[in-house]
Amino acid sequence: MIRSLWIAKTGLEAQQTKMDVVTNNLANASTNGFKRSRVVFEDLLYQTIRQPGAQDGTGNQLPTGLQVGSGVRVAATERIHMQGPPQQTGGTFDLAITGEGFFAVELPDGTTAYTRDGSFDTNQNGELVMSNGYPVQPGIVVPDNALTITVARDGTVSVTQPGAPGESVQIGEIQLATFINPAGLQSLGENLYIETDASGPPNLLGPGIDGAGLLMQGWVEMSNVNVAEELVEMIQTQRAYELNSKAVSTSDQMLARLTQL
Amino acid sequence: MDRVIYTAGGGAARTLEHQAVVSNNLANVSTQGFQAQLAQFRAVPIQGPGLPTRVGAVATTPGIDASQGPLQVTGRALDVAVSRGGWLAVQTPQGEAYTRQGGLLVDVDGLLKIPSGHPVLADNGQPIEVPANARLTIGADGTISVLGAGDPPQGMGELGRLKLVAPDPRQLARGADGLMRMAGAAGRPAPVLPPDPTLQVVSGTLEGSNVNAMQAMVELINNGRRFEMQMQAVQSADRNAERANQLLSAQG
Repeated sequence: MIRSLWIAKTGLEAQQTKMDVVTNNLANASTNGFKRSRVVFEDLLYQTIRQPGAQDGTGNQLPTGLQVGSGVRVAATERIHMQGPPQQTGGTFDLAITGEGFFAVELPDGTTAYTRDGSFDTNQNGELVMSNGYPVQPGIVVPDNALTITVARDGTVSVTQPGAPGESVQIGEIQLATFINPAGLQSLGENLYIETDASGPPNLLGPGIDGAGLLMQGWVEMSNVNVAEELVEMIQTQRAYELNSKAVSTSDQMLARLTQL
Repeated sequence: MDRVIYTAGGGAARTLEHQAVVSNNLANVSTQGFQAQLAQFRAVPIQGPGLPTRVGAVATTPGIDASQGPLQVTGRALDVAVSRGGWLAVQTPQGEAYTRQGGLLVDVDGLLKIPSGHPVLADNGQPIEVPANARLTIGADGTISVLGAGDPPQGMGELGRLKLVAPDPRQLARGADGLMRMAGAAGRPAPVLPPDPTLQVVSGTLEGSNVNAMQAMVELINNGRRFEMQMQAVQSADRNAERANQLLSAQG
């Protein structure tokens, strides 16, 4: 009926989605290893109603045409994989990655997922697992009589055992997965990502090799959400929503005026 | 019947078109790198039998507001904003196009792209290929430096320079996909602009939409009231015709 009503509706919808993303970022402001998302808007197709250069009926050519855009849409929600600040916890199995790379974990269905959340623990079998129970890949089993456990910067896990106090035994190595396009990873929730065609296949590397970050034992990576930035985004989103709702109400008044004829 | 009803009705219809353009600008008030559309009316004298008393209106979108949008600091290495109204060149199936969406991404094949999926061009006119897991830094002149995965910091290489162009905004035509192209002669591919070496980029920054919310709101209100005025003219024509009909029926 009136184009501007529908166009303003696309604006309302897009701002609503942005608000959802901003609140999700804020809700995860203290989730370990969380990466904030950013909404990418895109203008919709343009309709050429009058072609520039067309005849206007009196032998003249129109110098400019009429092009009407059809609004806006959310083209993508892009994850910003910037480093979150590391926080010291002192936990033996807390690992932070300083640089690129993800820990690989095995899901119950056998597929591999990736995470930046390095707050690990051991389960009843001594396996190194994420806090939600998924075992780290390649698997690391900590002997139950281990006295001290050390994770080196390069991912080597070693333990000392009773009877040989000065002698450390290597029990495994933690590997990191890097992706050519980490923004293309699909989020699963629970701090997990899985590979997609857009992210490309994982490169399994030792920490510190070919761009994969080094590990820090006793630290976890915090969320990279900047609360001040999100609040500014929220204010801006609210006002843009109001502007679009004003466009709806003005168009509605015009329509109402039309029906009064 | 008096022809004023068509002149007024036409004016109201054009106001609705104008309103659609303003709404589109408002809907894109937070679209990164968006350029507001300008909307105007043009007088079209109506010639025909009788005295040339009528002048109709045609709504047109003569071009874009090419002023720079506000810069938002994001801190992301691949976000770039071009200074002084410059544009990034991208490759599309319809030829070279220009954009100010500077949130660049590396896709799975290693190509540097804008968010809508078009490869960004280097100043030699070729797309930019990034080695796997390399760390990119974009300098002020648009030069892309690359540190290969695992290379020492002194092993920095150069991938090329972003193609930055400074077209005359009056010659840019917006495509259906929202990207700008140089307006060419009908049926011929759009002309390709040479890179402008004086343009600079700011990395870690995105250019926001340059829609002026205040101006768009005022236009919105103005359109609403102008529409009401046209409706009044239609109603007044209606009353005149009604009165004339009464006279005619009184005679009969």
